[in-house]
Amino acid sequence: MGEWRYVGRKLLQAGVTLLFIISVNFFLFRIMPSDPVRLLTRQRGVQLSPEAQAALTHDLGLDRSLPSQFVKYLADTLRLDFGDSFIYPGQSVVSVFARFLWPTVLLVGTATVLMIVIGLYLGIRGGWKRGRPLDVGSMGFSLLFYSMPDFWLAMILLIVFSTALGWFPSGGFESPSSDLSGFSRVLDIANHMFLPVLTLTLGYIGEYFLLMRSSLLDVLGEDYITTVRAKGVREDRVLWRHAVRNALLPTISVIALSFGLVLGGAITIELVFSYPGLGLLLLQAVDSQDFLLMQALFLFASVAVLASNLVADLVYSWIDPRVREA
Amino acid sequence: MANHTTGVPTGTKRSSRSVVWERRRQAASRFWATYRRSGMGLAGLAILVAFALMALLAPLLVSREALDVTRVDGPILASPSWEYPMGTDESGRSVFALVVWGARVSLAIGLLAAVVSMVVGATVGIVSGYRGGRWDAALMRFTDWFLVLPSLPLAITLAAILGQSMFIIVMVIGLTFWPWTARIVRSQTLSVRERPYVERARGLGASDRQLIPRHVLPNVFPVIFAQTILSIAAAILAESALSFIGLGDPLRVSWGGTLELAFDAGAPTIGAWWWIGFPGACIVLVVLAFTMCGNALEEILNPRLRQR
Amino acid sequence: MSVLEVSDLSVSYATRDGPVPAVRGVSFDIDRGQVLGLAGESGCGKSTIGLGLLRLLPRGTEMAGRAVLNGADVLAMAPSALGAVRWTQASVVFQGAQHALDPVIRVGDQIEEAILAHRSLTRRQTTARTAELLELVGLPARRAKDFPNEFSGGQKQRVMIAMALACDPDLVIADEPTTALDVMVQAQVLRLLKSLQMELGLSMLFITHDLSVLAQVADRLAVMYAGRIVEEGPAEEVFGSPAHPYTAALAGAFPRIGDEAFVQAPGGLDGDPPDPRDLPTGCSFHPRCPRVMDRCRTIEPPSFPAGTGHRAECLLLEQGAPESMPT
Repeated sequence: MGEWRYVGRKLLQAGVTLLFIISVNFFLFRIMPSDPVRLLTRQRGVQLSPEAQAALTHDLGLDRSLPSQFVKYLADTLRLDFGDSFIYPGQSVVSVFARFLWPTVLLVGTATVLMIVIGLYLGIRGGWKRGRPLDVGSMGFSLLFYSMPDFWLAMILLIVFSTALGWFPSGGFESPSSDLSGFSRVLDIANHMFLPVLTLTLGYIGEYFLLMRSSLLDVLGEDYITTVRAKGVREDRVLWRHAVRNALLPTISVIALSFGLVLGGAITIELVFSYPGLGLLLLQAVDSQDFLLMQALFLFASVAVLASNLVADLVYSWIDPRVREA
Repeated sequence: MANHTTGVPTGTKRSSRSVVWERRRQAASRFWATYRRSGMGLAGLAILVAFALMALLAPLLVSREALDVTRVDGPILASPSWEYPMGTDESGRSVFALVVWGARVSLAIGLLAAVVSMVVGATVGIVSGYRGGRWDAALMRFTDWFLVLPSLPLAITLAAILGQSMFIIVMVIGLTFWPWTARIVRSQTLSVRERPYVERARGLGASDRQLIPRHVLPNVFPVIFAQTILSIAAAILAESALSFIGLGDPLRVSWGGTLELAFDAGAPTIGAWWWIGFPGACIVLVVLAFTMCGNALEEILNPRLRQR
Repeated sequence: MSVLEVSDLSVSYATRDGPVPAVRGVSFDIDRGQVLGLAGESGCGKSTIGLGLLRLLPRGTEMAGRAVLNGADVLAMAPSALGAVRWTQASVVFQGAQHALDPVIRVGDQIEEAILAHRSLTRRQTTARTAELLELVGLPARRAKDFPNEFSGGQKQRVMIAMALACDPDLVIADEPTTALDVMVQAQVLRLLKSLQMELGLSMLFITHDLSVLAQVADRLAVMYAGRIVEEGPAEEVFGSPAHPYTAALAGAFPRIGDEAFVQAPGGLDGDPPDPRDLPTGCSFHPRCPRVMDRCRTIEPPSFPAGTGHRAECLLLEQGAPESMPT
């Protein structure tokens, strides 16, 4: 019973945060130093008559008061109407977005799964055998890779594995002239995805490793672990059933928060590998000052982080039975 | 018989002020003695000193003209040699020159942005932790919302809207990192507030304006300082990313900006590893150094961490 | 017939500045069905002994000496043999059950885990046994499905006691089992422990800093100071006529409500127990001893008899008959 109340509460909080995000998004693009209409028309190299300008202003809703603009923006957003893109004239933001969505989902999804599985596992092993070679090595490795800018690591890997060794293509999502389908298409995509996924994973795996390790060490210092050992329980059970279960709890919330960093990392990596995902799209939008597109992408990124937090909260309640009773 | 704490013969009168300063000096030397024991801390410090010297002495090491594309006459895209130890870029500029002069900008922006984020974050954290109650709830709610906004996309969006100058970059980075600081400072403030001497001072009638600078700040300051060091690392990475994307100050040479030029010129596919490797390695070293120092400081503040 | 024979036990913790001796050559025996109280201030090493007997101290801790439990030296055993001995021959009731139970697992499952670690029983059998144990300590069986945070402090302590008895151990090591509890609850838990001990014929090592508690529970009493046992003997005798000045001070330090004499001249000592890294020369108690002699500063006192089955490490006893210490 308490579980549903908890879920309900979390959903409500998420809703409020969503409102905040949408508001930030709205105001962000209203603090531009220049007038949007003039910006748009100047870019298109079009000279509009004052009446046409007024008409455009009315279309964009810019002649209304700020509160009513906000309401319009809110309504549009909920209807998923984000206007038309500038760099891809005639196409709605939503349709452009849809084209670039899938590669990023694959990239970030694969990398996140790898990061979490490998990072947490190494963190558990490292914390359990503190001070041993695996632990010390992993810590050094984490520190080193975490200090690298993602795009730099990307370029280094590019030089080594693509330019020098020729093992992987230098960019893109699929081979351009391909008519591949089915399994060979999948392989082709995997071939292109390999270096970007590797870069993203290496860059952030260290953080998950350190988090899990630190949490596990905290738990291992607790009295109840001594109790369990005293009962004569086997060491691996002490680790997995008691220590890891308790150590995962605080780790989960921080993992969700780190998701924002991972998204940020994906942006520059997509740039280096010319990987046609949302990150590359954002940068294109920045270059051409396509504000509607930028707005939609920023909203998406924020909502993605919000969603990951929500998922983490739900997973947390599933693992920690105390929460449900509260 | 000498007084234990100050070594001054008992019976001599001293001003309370001089006693306090004496104590602070001793605390500082004790702190340094502890810090010295950390291998990581010393290594990090050494690297930072080296880079700081490089940045400060830039004009002595390389003339500014070496950055001007119209004035250089080195070979184009040359790999490292005796004359050009770090090779040259596509305009014939020495990469070494770019690295040395870039240090100034990258380090400066990193430091300033970290300070901005610290000032905002620490203020929010202290007010929130000290006042408690509704202030705390409201501020923390606001901070949590901010934490949901992803850092780099936010920075990119802000920079795209506001423009490209060093000042804007510093402010933008500072404004994306403050929530992390705020949280940590808040929890430290909370624990300081509970301490007996603060309660006693309050009981004696000390006002907030007296309490905060005298009692709260000195105890929260070490945590703030350690966090600042770690923030600088993050800020340098953020600046390099923004410059790489093209949102940095176009008039200044920074490490990230150099990497941007390298990438635009196709350095990875050409194989000009020196143009990419050296500036990037500097970023890695500096970020590593700040992180190691920050970790060493945190260990001193929280002895429990030392056992790891 | 001894359940536990400890000879010359020494324990040193590993620290950044080198090994720190917490226990320095301690010897005692516990017979079947006997309760030995181990008393002393914090830091004297008593909890170290409690944990050390089952080798539950942190990695890197050095242990020397012998601890023979039911005929086998626990300190010399291989880890697998130790795992079999733990809980079946000796179990521990920890202090502050606040944090001694895994917060995310139901208490019934935690008790069952203790059982299943050593025996293979069917589901039905373990559930029945768990119910039995809970009822033994005065808790309803249906509470097995609750989580630790749903119990009060006293109830959690009962759960710990139930769990400690799960495998019918011969020896129960109770490490400050009542310290974190309210006075009223303390009395209840003590009564429970004593009755269980007598009913089941358990041997007990009862570790605490509170002498008044031991007065109710212990058959024999051992007083520890700075890592050594400075006095040991039958509980009544050690209480009534302590041979070591420290014991006298310890007994005097606890307020007895309504005792006029105490109000007039409360006992207790000045100063703090010594830092194990920097022990005084000679008798480690001499800086705080109200009856210190010059010789105490240089000579480490050996053990002197102070009555039948009663001994103390104090140079005051060297002359022969023990002087009665004012309490």
